[in-house]
Amino acid sequence: MSTTTGNGGMRFVDEYRSGALAKSLADQIAGLVEPGRHYKFMEVCGGHTHSIYKHGVEDLLPDEIELVHGPGCPVCVIPMGRQDDAISIAERPEVIFTTFGDMMRVPATKGSLLDAKARGADVRMVYSPLDALKIARENPDREVVFFAIGFETTTPSTALTLKRAQAEGIRNFSLFCNHVTIIPAIRAILDSPDLRLDGFIGPGHVSTVIGLRPYRFIARDYGKPVVVSGFEPLDVLQGAYMILRQLREERSEIENQYSRVVREQGNPLALKAIAETMELRTTFEWRGLGFISQSALKLRSEFADWDAEVRYEIPGVRVADPKACQCGEVLKGVIKPWECKVFGTACTPDHPIGTCMVSSEGACAAYYNYGRHAGRRRRETTTA
Amino acid sequence: MMEGNGSRSGRSEEEVLDAIEERRRRPRRKILDEQITLSHGAGGKSSHDLIEALFLRELRNPLLEPLADSAVIGDGEDRLAFTTDSFVVRPLFFPGGDIGELAVNGTVNDLSMAGARPIALSSGFILEEGMPVADLDRIVSSMARAAEAADVQVATGDTKVVERGKADGLYINTSGVGTIEHTLDLGPGSVRAGDRVIVSGSIGDHGMAIMIARGELALEVELESDTAPLNGLVADLLAATHGVRCLRDPTRGGLATVLAELALSAQLGITIDEASLPIRPEVNGACEILGIDPLYVANEGKLVAIVDPEAEEDALTALRSHPLGADAVTVAEVRPEPPGLVLLETSFGGSRVVDMLAGDPLPRIC
Repeated sequence: MSTTTGNGGMRFVDEYRSGALAKSLADQIAGLVEPGRHYKFMEVCGGHTHSIYKHGVEDLLPDEIELVHGPGCPVCVIPMGRQDDAISIAERPEVIFTTFGDMMRVPATKGSLLDAKARGADVRMVYSPLDALKIARENPDREVVFFAIGFETTTPSTALTLKRAQAEGIRNFSLFCNHVTIIPAIRAILDSPDLRLDGFIGPGHVSTVIGLRPYRFIARDYGKPVVVSGFEPLDVLQGAYMILRQLREERSEIENQYSRVVREQGNPLALKAIAETMELRTTFEWRGLGFISQSALKLRSEFADWDAEVRYEIPGVRVADPKACQCGEVLKGVIKPWECKVFGTACTPDHPIGTCMVSSEGACAAYYNYGRHAGRRRRETTTA
Repeated sequence: MMEGNGSRSGRSEEEVLDAIEERRRRPRRKILDEQITLSHGAGGKSSHDLIEALFLRELRNPLLEPLADSAVIGDGEDRLAFTTDSFVVRPLFFPGGDIGELAVNGTVNDLSMAGARPIALSSGFILEEGMPVADLDRIVSSMARAAEAADVQVATGDTKVVERGKADGLYINTSGVGTIEHTLDLGPGSVRAGDRVIVSGSIGDHGMAIMIARGELALEVELESDTAPLNGLVADLLAATHGVRCLRDPTRGGLATVLAELALSAQLGITIDEASLPIRPEVNGACEILGIDPLYVANEGKLVAIVDPEAEEDALTALRSHPLGADAVTVAEVRPEPPGLVLLETSFGGSRVVDMLAGDPLPRIC
């Protein structure tokens, strides 16, 4: 067994969390800010939101810069009706329903998947769709369904799992496909009259798949800078710095802060796997954002045998969010988590009403669990 | 769009934050859930609510009320500590230990956290029909070795068998009694602003070792559970200094949950220095991949000691002189503000809140 201080595999991550580098970058950011101007940068991805709160990135930014949390939290955007559909599949006696852990706690009309599990449904947490396929191999007398969610980051692994299921002829496996695409959501936000943004910290992992080209319209048509950034706190800080530099130099371009991972053209193999197995839905409902055309994927008809929506009768009913829930406004960045009427009182991480309070990438959970003291402390330091 | 401190609901951010803290301080009077879920067993918020809103409500008495690791019976130098714990870990055998060793050490440690010297344990077995006797043999002989190492006797026991499918191999319950041979009042009530928070070694080893031992993650990491009896370490610590205020073992819910509970019951602030946290690179790496915070991962052979700042050096020296405390280090400080809240100063230069665990990333780890 090794010691606690040896050369561990995490050293390369530690470099992106260096306090000394952060301090020097923070000073440079402060130097670029125009006094009296208020900047709003949206971090699109929930991974960024999580990192910002977990490492206290806002503490290093000047007061003039406000980070607005975007719609890129995969758990948060699933509408309640789809969660009801998932539970209806999970409650079938022949089904082993497999899901990422966060989805188990998302409230639906009749409780969460965790509640369904307590009522007797066979719901199992997995870390990858391949784990779900393994469960299918090991349980040939049961029907195994995987609750596929996420943006382009997780879609390729679902696509590859599907191809493997087909190649191996595994018939007791199917996917409840809820994969969504990020670009239509960003467009919806840009078209939303409620919000004036100065720039975007673009999603890192999604961009490893789709590349940089799909963002061009943001700079071209809307004149907003985009900096695709990594998920370590120093990446996020540098992303903010690069947006600020573009604004200072009156540029609006798509820049790549995450060049150690993201390539201009993305990952053609992953894109090919997606295109071979899935196609765009005409329209899909997003929590809070409503129906957005061509914003989600379904399985191609060649894969109907593995499509849970084809194999099982699901209610497919659109369910309105609970009245008190303002997840939609949080997801659009129109209100901050604490501005929601039920934040922290009726809606808490242990008894969430909305999805944003469930996922560790949700803005409300991140603010409640990590960020809820920082704002107060910042105000105290500025008034002291 | 709204700016600044006024929200649509008319509450300022300040008022929202105050309402949250007020709500956290208020004891939970009724349980909101309609049925038991795995969250209720995770040692975090839901467990806390279940205990307060149901068990404490019905069973309330002065011995139970402090909700400490052990109940303390009697006064002065003539006190007994009494505790119980059940073990449902899956798998039964894991790198660094098994359910039998865990069942002895877990109860020995609960007694030790009251500053007691463990005297005797009980052991109740719930066995599943079909369980191999060879496995039971291995588990019980491991209990015997653990009891000998902790210098405690298994004085009484019970055996029940349930039908196949009604238990996962076996479950073990152990209870224990110990004598408290000093006059210190170890508990959240003794904690003062300025106190230092020491952990006796690396955090998160047990929980991660169990996760990896389940083989569901396809992660190849060499990691052993830290299960160990802490009574010897505690005896050395208490002999070295009178400045110990409170002892806790950070099992389910990890270091974060223990400190969050302490801050809440003492109504003091605790500030953790992230850079000082002892975390093995293997644990850190696995947590990073799984998206789990090592602060919430269970330990079975570590203690948290809150000590008077004047006693910090003596406490660290005493802990580090014992093999189980060789990596002991100060990780946090108790402060008057913010009352009831644990903050973490990140290595990055920012800060965040550390609250009790909500939801359960790792069921059945002990």
